[in-house]
Amino acid sequence: MDRRRFLISAALPCLAPRAAMPAPSDAQFIVEARFYEKQPYRKIKCKLCPRECSIDDQERGYCGVRENRGGKYYSLVYARLCSANRDPIEKKPLFHFAPGSMAFSVATAGCNVNCKMCQNWEISQSRPEQIRATYTPPRTLASLAGQSQSSSIAYTYNEPTVFIEYVLDAAEAGRAAGLKNVVISGGYIQREPLLELCKRVDAIKIDLKAYSEKFYKEVVNGELKPVLDTIATIRKQGVWNEIVYLVIPTLNDSDEQFKGLARWIKTELGPDVPLHFTRFHPEYLLKNLPDTPVPTLERAKAIADAEGLNYVYIGNVPGHPAESTYCPKCRRVVVERMGFSISAFHLDRGKCQFCQTPIPGVWEGALHA
Amino acid sequence: MPPGATRRDLFRLCLGGTLVRPGWTAGAKSRVVIARDPMVRPSGGALDSARLAGLLDRAVQAVYECDSPLEAWKKIARPNEVVGLKVNCLAGRGGASTNPVLVDAVCERLRQAGIPDKNIVVWDRLHADLEHAGFRVASRKDRIRFLGNDDSGYESELAIFGSVGSLISKTVTQVCDAVISLPVLKDHGIVGVTMALKNFFGSIHNPNKYHTNAGDPYVADVNMLPPIREKVRLHICDAIAPQYEGGPSYMPQWAWPFNSLIASRDPVALDYTGWRIIEEQRAAKGLPTLQAAKREPVYIARAADAQHRLGTNDPALIEKVEA
Repeated sequence: MDRRRFLISAALPCLAPRAAMPAPSDAQFIVEARFYEKQPYRKIKCKLCPRECSIDDQERGYCGVRENRGGKYYSLVYARLCSANRDPIEKKPLFHFAPGSMAFSVATAGCNVNCKMCQNWEISQSRPEQIRATYTPPRTLASLAGQSQSSSIAYTYNEPTVFIEYVLDAAEAGRAAGLKNVVISGGYIQREPLLELCKRVDAIKIDLKAYSEKFYKEVVNGELKPVLDTIATIRKQGVWNEIVYLVIPTLNDSDEQFKGLARWIKTELGPDVPLHFTRFHPEYLLKNLPDTPVPTLERAKAIADAEGLNYVYIGNVPGHPAESTYCPKCRRVVVERMGFSISAFHLDRGKCQFCQTPIPGVWEGALHA
Repeated sequence: MPPGATRRDLFRLCLGGTLVRPGWTAGAKSRVVIARDPMVRPSGGALDSARLAGLLDRAVQAVYECDSPLEAWKKIARPNEVVGLKVNCLAGRGGASTNPVLVDAVCERLRQAGIPDKNIVVWDRLHADLEHAGFRVASRKDRIRFLGNDDSGYESELAIFGSVGSLISKTVTQVCDAVISLPVLKDHGIVGVTMALKNFFGSIHNPNKYHTNAGDPYVADVNMLPPIREKVRLHICDAIAPQYEGGPSYMPQWAWPFNSLIASRDPVALDYTGWRIIEEQRAAKGLPTLQAAKREPVYIARAADAQHRLGTNDPALIEKVEA
């Protein structure tokens, strides 16, 4: 026996278990996409998001996860999970949705915008083949979420719009298993897929990046108007919705933007939609900016409060009093939070325990202190 | 400064004014060589490899203004350097991809110039793209390496310039000392044309993010990323059967026999020249200009501006040479 044969024979037992597992194959992640139009010369037009990419054969859309193959459009990220964690629902953040519960949170690669402040750019701005992933079909996901003692599945970290085929199927599997489904999105999606989504999920949190088309163009590479339309549609469809606004020093922190945003919410959605002003940390392409000063967040909240919004929060500042929910009538704390934990809960069947004022939200499934 | 530029960009920009970049010197005339041979692909069939090698020699010799082709090839890289050949294979086999016969000819000339096979790397975005374009990756008996970016991986630190932030292929950053770009002359349905500058979208992890606004300023910005800007030494554009419409996919009905190689050390001058050739063909076929088609390749002018200075798009500074 020569040295090579000896080494091979010695190594085989170590390799055997791996060899027995099915080799990961790209094919299992690929399904025909929904929401597209075929065009002449094997081109297609994507109808998933307002960008409406026109895509040649063998090319991908802006999101990097949907590909034209011979005039047929495919999602490359069906069940291709690159991240799965059990998170408090408060981390999404969703504050009026089953507080204290856990969300089994999953992501794939890809995104249909390119925010310069993205915290998850390693996955959101990558192509699927650049990220290690696990094949997790819908029923397996529902089973894993149940095993983890989570009460919901959260489609998050990257933009769920770009893996909508999987979200729609997984949400059905989740519901069949008694789980709720929540989507964390930038809201840059066309109406038809949005309506499909609204039929299957229980809450949608929208990251509204700014109240400024200029910001959307320069910092997000997207558009504001379609996102506002999305939020209004979600509200009309009766799906629970909260809005997060990441406040970035010098870029979207003017009084005019805060006031314009608060007025739009009150007029178009009503005063009861929770609005979270969250603190920016330097990331990705905006490492040259500082953390958001807490007084800036407090100024934003004061403006939104003054415009008449009932539930305005400050986020990413653990221990800040504005993490808690206050009854808009008696001003007592009804849900007290410390970071992602619930430290006190004073709601009874969705009403303030002190003055019986109804507090809007989805309180069923709340696991409180 | 472009929007989103950082203090580091400013610093680099200031330095850039004093550095001589490989391939092009600010203010100097840029030579673009168009080497033609109507018999290189007789009857539109297979390439005549001997004639193509001759065409290649004429092109490179004229770029470097040397007395012999070998002398010119020796100017591109030293024998101890690893030379990367960046091909464009996206369109697959048949056309609109860099022809493997051209790549073979370049490899042969590099060998003759003293570059050993082990120091030659042919690369593009994906290993599968190379195979689909007809490169016999697995069956080669020599030691030339064929790498997709999926083989070599990407750097983990972002490279940033202007509007782009990308992870660069390790083939560029860690494997190659010098790069010869071998793009294809063709129309592009979003950014107008794709040749020398656009070819380096195949060196980054997120090219899909940079096609908006007809690739402006992204194409120019990607070429400013230091490993790309510093390592590319020559561009030889495959214009044997260019495509004036329907690109970047291969659409044979819009390809025509131009039977040429276009070579330059200045990617901007090469792209400007190639763009004009495509516009002439479009006009001859009754098609609108790329501007009228709303995809004028304005990124070419951007690459020549004061923030980039990757070359010149000024016709008065482009010395067009027929060889």
